[in-house]
Amino acid sequence: MSRNGPLALIFHTVFVIIMVAPILVVCLVAFTPEGFLSLPTNGFSLRWFRTIANYPEFVHAFWVSLGLGALSSLVALVFAVPAALAIARYRFRGRDVLAALFLSPLMIPHVVLGIAFLRFFTSAGLGGSFAALIIAHVIIVFPFALRLTLAAATGMDRSVEMAAVSLGAGGWTLFRRVTLPLILPGVISGWALAFIQSFDDLTMTVFLAAPGTETLPVRMFLYIQDNIDPLVTSVSACVIAITMTALVLLDRFYGLDRVLAGKGDTGR
Amino acid sequence: MSMAAEERSTRAPWVLTAPALMLFVGVLLIPLAMTVMLSFHDWGQYKGVEPVFILKNWHEIATDPYYAEMFWRTFRIAILTTLLTALLGAPEAYILNRMSGGWKSFFLLVILGPLLISVVARTLGWALLFGGNNGLVNKLLMSLGAIRSPIPFMFTETGMVVALAHVMMPFMVLSVWAALQRLDPQIENAAMSLGAGPATIIRRIIMPQIMPGVLSGAIIVFSLSASAFATPAIIGGRRLKVAATLAYDEFLNTLNWPLGAAVATLLLVALVLIVVGSNALIERRYAEVFR
Repeated sequence: MSRNGPLALIFHTVFVIIMVAPILVVCLVAFTPEGFLSLPTNGFSLRWFRTIANYPEFVHAFWVSLGLGALSSLVALVFAVPAALAIARYRFRGRDVLAALFLSPLMIPHVVLGIAFLRFFTSAGLGGSFAALIIAHVIIVFPFALRLTLAAATGMDRSVEMAAVSLGAGGWTLFRRVTLPLILPGVISGWALAFIQSFDDLTMTVFLAAPGTETLPVRMFLYIQDNIDPLVTSVSACVIAITMTALVLLDRFYGLDRVLAGKGDTGR
Repeated sequence: MSMAAEERSTRAPWVLTAPALMLFVGVLLIPLAMTVMLSFHDWGQYKGVEPVFILKNWHEIATDPYYAEMFWRTFRIAILTTLLTALLGAPEAYILNRMSGGWKSFFLLVILGPLLISVVARTLGWALLFGGNNGLVNKLLMSLGAIRSPIPFMFTETGMVVALAHVMMPFMVLSVWAALQRLDPQIENAAMSLGAGPATIIRRIIMPQIMPGVLSGAIIVFSLSASAFATPAIIGGRRLKVAATLAYDEFLNTLNWPLGAAVATLLLVALVLIVVGSNALIERRYAEVFR
């Protein structure tokens, strides 16, 4: 295979620097010892990380985001796993339409979803509630949960299931003891990817969140609208660190390129 | 898939998909239908939303030049962002694909990873880099001699396009990357052995083959940029409105929900038409690739 020339490598270096620069600058400014936005030129300080504790709304928003991400991803999987098994195993009328419907939240702009859910939940008397946030997040993370579960279910070796059936296992036992363990890597990766999507969503959530149910991205966004100071960079640095951890785990466990491309052929 | 053909049970798949189907009908299709209906309702400063059927909001959007300008700005930013990601992302995917194993997966992680990092945090990074007239980007460009006087990035379309291109770049790289995986490296070697130079190989061999990848990446980037909210809101500030930020304003500041719903409906319809239309065009043009 031919190598990249020097020009290509220069292009690549500049490209990578540009991709990393905004993320790096946020993390660096977070460590500034100064009281204003600046790169830490004379020493690193954790003062802005400690300051977060003085802002209970950020801490509260963090727990809301964490709970919302964990719960909505779990609920999405409860709906997505049976749907994925049906789509992977059966050829039935309406199969393609159903699959398209279940993946449609990827196509609909989140601003439209936010408006639709705001209108819907307000008329249902659930406006600004945590329950409304959960339901809305289940819809937006569903495609991610479905896609990874579907990949695992499609690549599954059915002979183990057949053996279990021939030994008398059926229904729930078959699912719990044979099918689920076999598709578990796909299910867990689906949960992790769904969690990240929920944890990061701003555009839809900003329409639904009320004081008390504000998620971390919403809290950060509203704060940035008023002013940008080192506090919001230290909060962002924490968010970046959490996502990076999830990312590395996901990469080790499943392969990041497969997760992102959604073209996973078999569940490893 | 061989199993699937044997099992033609008609009830089982419906029992399995019923919960998800009910969920989607109940809390996705119904709310979307309600939004479309909302766009035909009336609204007044004091009476609030009135459930009647009128075309007032649609008439206002069609006649007031403010909305035409705003939608034109939205799509102009989306087009420029798409061009920028294609011009930089496609060559980068190609370079990435030629790297050796370890480096390849490392840089793939570095470039695709930001996709999962909070958009607010990434845009905040650009706000810091742009920061006023003596921001880092301007300082760097001036010390390199690329510009004489600082370019205003904050609260401008230029800044929005740069930050959006950064946010959307992973989608383009990923899409071209996928196209490159289907490419047979032997064709490149064959061209070289027949005496083609690097420029000819790229123009005659590589470009035609990765074009479907570039175009499908462009569709994703365009539709996400046209409906982007966080980046235009933070970089554009309160004055430079795009469709998503305008809808947000109508809903949460002006409280004119019917008008906001009309803007959102128009954005959705326009995007669906553009995406479906260009998908059909690409599939017809490159039918052999999708076979």
